[in-house]
Amino acid sequence: MDPSPLDTQTATNDLDEPTERVGYDFGLNRRAFVQVLGAGLAITASPLPALGQQRGGGRASDQVRNVAARIHIGKDGVVTVMCGKVEIGQGARAELTQAAAEELRVPVGRIQMVLADTGLVPDDGNTAGSRTTPSTVPLIRKAAAAARNLLVEVAAQRWGVDRGTVEVRDGKVIHALSNRTLSYAELADGEDVTKAFAQALPPDVTVAAVKEWKVLGTSLPRPNARDLVTGAHQFPSDIQRPDMLYGKVLRAPAYSAKLVSIDLAPAKAMKDVIAVQDGQFVGVVAPSTLRAEQALDAIAKTAKWETTPHPSSQKLFDHLRENVQGGMPKNPFADELASASKKLRQTYHVPYVQHAPMETRAAVAEWKDGKLTVWSGTQNPFGYRGELERAFRLTSDEIRVIVPDIGGGFGGKHSGEAAIEAARLAKAADKPVSLKWTREEEFIWAYFRPAALIEAEATLDEKGALTSWHFINVNSGGSAVETPYRVGKRQSRFLSSNAPLRQGSYRTLAATANNFARESFMDELAAAAGADPLNFRLAHLEDDRPETKRLRAVLEEAAKRFNWRERVKRKDRDIGVGLACGTEKGSYVAACVEIAIDRAKNNYTVRHVCEVFECGAVLNPANLVAQVQGAIIMGLGPALREEMRFENGKMQNASFDEYLVPRFADVPELDIHLLDRPDLPSVGGGETPIIAVAPALANAIFRATGTPVREMPIRLPGSKPA
Amino acid sequence: MDSTITFQLNGQSRTVTTDPERPLLQVLREEFQLTGTKYGCGEGDCRACTVLVDGRSIASCLTPISRVDKQTVQTIEGLATGDKLHPVQEAFLAENAFQCGYCTPGLIMGVVALLNEIPRPTEADIQTRLQRHLCRCCGYPNILKAVRRAAGRSTR
Repeated sequence: MDPSPLDTQTATNDLDEPTERVGYDFGLNRRAFVQVLGAGLAITASPLPALGQQRGGGRASDQVRNVAARIHIGKDGVVTVMCGKVEIGQGARAELTQAAAEELRVPVGRIQMVLADTGLVPDDGNTAGSRTTPSTVPLIRKAAAAARNLLVEVAAQRWGVDRGTVEVRDGKVIHALSNRTLSYAELADGEDVTKAFAQALPPDVTVAAVKEWKVLGTSLPRPNARDLVTGAHQFPSDIQRPDMLYGKVLRAPAYSAKLVSIDLAPAKAMKDVIAVQDGQFVGVVAPSTLRAEQALDAIAKTAKWETTPHPSSQKLFDHLRENVQGGMPKNPFADELASASKKLRQTYHVPYVQHAPMETRAAVAEWKDGKLTVWSGTQNPFGYRGELERAFRLTSDEIRVIVPDIGGGFGGKHSGEAAIEAARLAKAADKPVSLKWTREEEFIWAYFRPAALIEAEATLDEKGALTSWHFINVNSGGSAVETPYRVGKRQSRFLSSNAPLRQGSYRTLAATANNFARESFMDELAAAAGADPLNFRLAHLEDDRPETKRLRAVLEEAAKRFNWRERVKRKDRDIGVGLACGTEKGSYVAACVEIAIDRAKNNYTVRHVCEVFECGAVLNPANLVAQVQGAIIMGLGPALREEMRFENGKMQNASFDEYLVPRFADVPELDIHLLDRPDLPSVGGGETPIIAVAPALANAIFRATGTPVREMPIRLPGSKPA
Repeated sequence: MDSTITFQLNGQSRTVTTDPERPLLQVLREEFQLTGTKYGCGEGDCRACTVLVDGRSIASCLTPISRVDKQTVQTIEGLATGDKLHPVQEAFLAENAFQCGYCTPGLIMGVVALLNEIPRPTEADIQTRLQRHLCRCCGYPNILKAVRRAAGRSTR
């Protein structure tokens, strides 16, 4: 096949993290227009621009002007490192500790990593988009290396020796010629170090080469692991403050419902209960969660609501199609369509899903002298602070957001509504207030992963080579919307629509939907071309671009480890094998899946997943394997069962009993292999490993049943939803 | 009407006067500041709130405080002996059986209860018991390793 130039410009709307924020306004001058989607949840009309994808390192690189903003060396030798990222369970705390220890040349136990306290740390942006590894780790390494260089310089000056004769080992600066040693702690005690750390960061600092790594590249466990197994770690929802009270917020009975009236008297009549209404916001505060629940129930009965029609999940995809921005575009490749040997056009559906982290949204808010401190579970501490600034008309120095390591996020905790609600209640109570969303609130009122309607059309020539490619994602986003294959003329686009639910980021966001559609479509095209799915992909991955080679490498490795070429020949009508690959955020993944079909019950089980993943030089192998395992199993959720059902603005499966996330019994045999590439820069690995499992599973069903899969969750032909 | 309930909590006698229907989970967290026991769903579907009552695991979010009157309650905070971790805690630590760690206390208590009831659990025993617990990070492979390790240790 000839590599053909792009005849058509690819138009991809870059909306990687289009999280809708709640437009609370509790300032004195209420803004004129706030779109209301339910009491307690007023949502700004249009998504804010991306916060998570600050290319080139985030705001920190502009903000951190000296070593002191990042690193403090205590007289006890403890090195405190300050970073704006959040530990969500993805392993940032370990990785950032490794980065600092590596460059400072101190044992990891000497590093104390302070994360995500806006009163102490620099703004390193949202913890999203797999940016900690490629952006923040280098910033920490450079600051740590700069600190080490400054300590060497100061020691050399104190001794009056040439700095080239001084070396650093184990947190000590050593001058072997004169047999003199100064520990970091001894050095840090001096004015000269304080002065040096206040100087501007040098623009270019050399960091350790991969082959010199002693700490990076090893499997450092999570530094605060012991506190997790003893229950000592306080998650945001565990924070206790003196005189703290418990809050509850009134939620609407349905999406788009508007509060007309409510009587707060029944709550106010209860002992020690405070009830507050501020426009559409209604909440109560009480000395215990139970009392707060009782008070809320008492006033909820008096509430009158105005509802408006809302599309149901049954009609979701029609609704998205009817409301596509600018209408559904036509395939521009008329010549290819006319001359094609074969052409295919298919539509793919991916429903709304919830993140459902184990820890629901939670916040403790405390006002003191007009200043606000909030402990809360968010991936986006500085963005959160911004939301609080807007809601209460405060300045950034009047707000401190503290994020103790949180109980899961998966892209679901970028917005600040829980903190704003807790702060509003705390203001009314004039005492610290703890607010924890219930599981039901989390299912209904947290933002969703956007549903996707995807249309794909492609043409093949007589040799079975792709000659054109037209791919339209409606509503879910532009992540990985472009095909990595050589397809001839191509156009891949993301178009927004009128989203019926509040939507936002999710682990790899739209890359999962786009890769599901693309990779399922590739198997249909392979079948049309009469080609094996592996051979068909490899034939369209033949150019010399590094990206193509990296994708090819993971695909070939997965096929080899899975023994694809043999297993695909086996003739067992109840066993299916499928494969898929993809790339996103600079990393590469391929998966092979085996399923077993129970014809009598018309269902199937996923028996074996073999996945190969490559994200450059591996920083922490054990943590990366855990992330890949978690991503595969989490990805099985929407592949097998997860979908949010709604009608008349009401969620119909807002519980773990009805919205079925993966459990232990869903874990297949896992065969995970990391392709370490020490020659390439490290990129994040917590997200992309999720994108291959659903299409590989779909393709296994296609192979076993002969019926192509075009919807998630993936069901056998004729089977009913779980 | 409030009731007065007295129970053994992590080896100490405790008394609380409160609504008898108030969930044990809320009493542990709000009256005794034992926040190691977590709220996950309030419906017994995720078991992040697992504690032991007389050595058996229960979902504290669904258990009214009146049910533990004169009973013995053990939470994650009462599992280690001083600095010495319980073998199940050791096993979770050794296998890095957590990602965010929010489900960890409930899982550990669930496994302690399993080993109390069945000191030598089969693979099926383990699977059946763990099926109650949710981990949204889906760190199930390492959790399984930890439970197998703990189960092996308990047979010695």
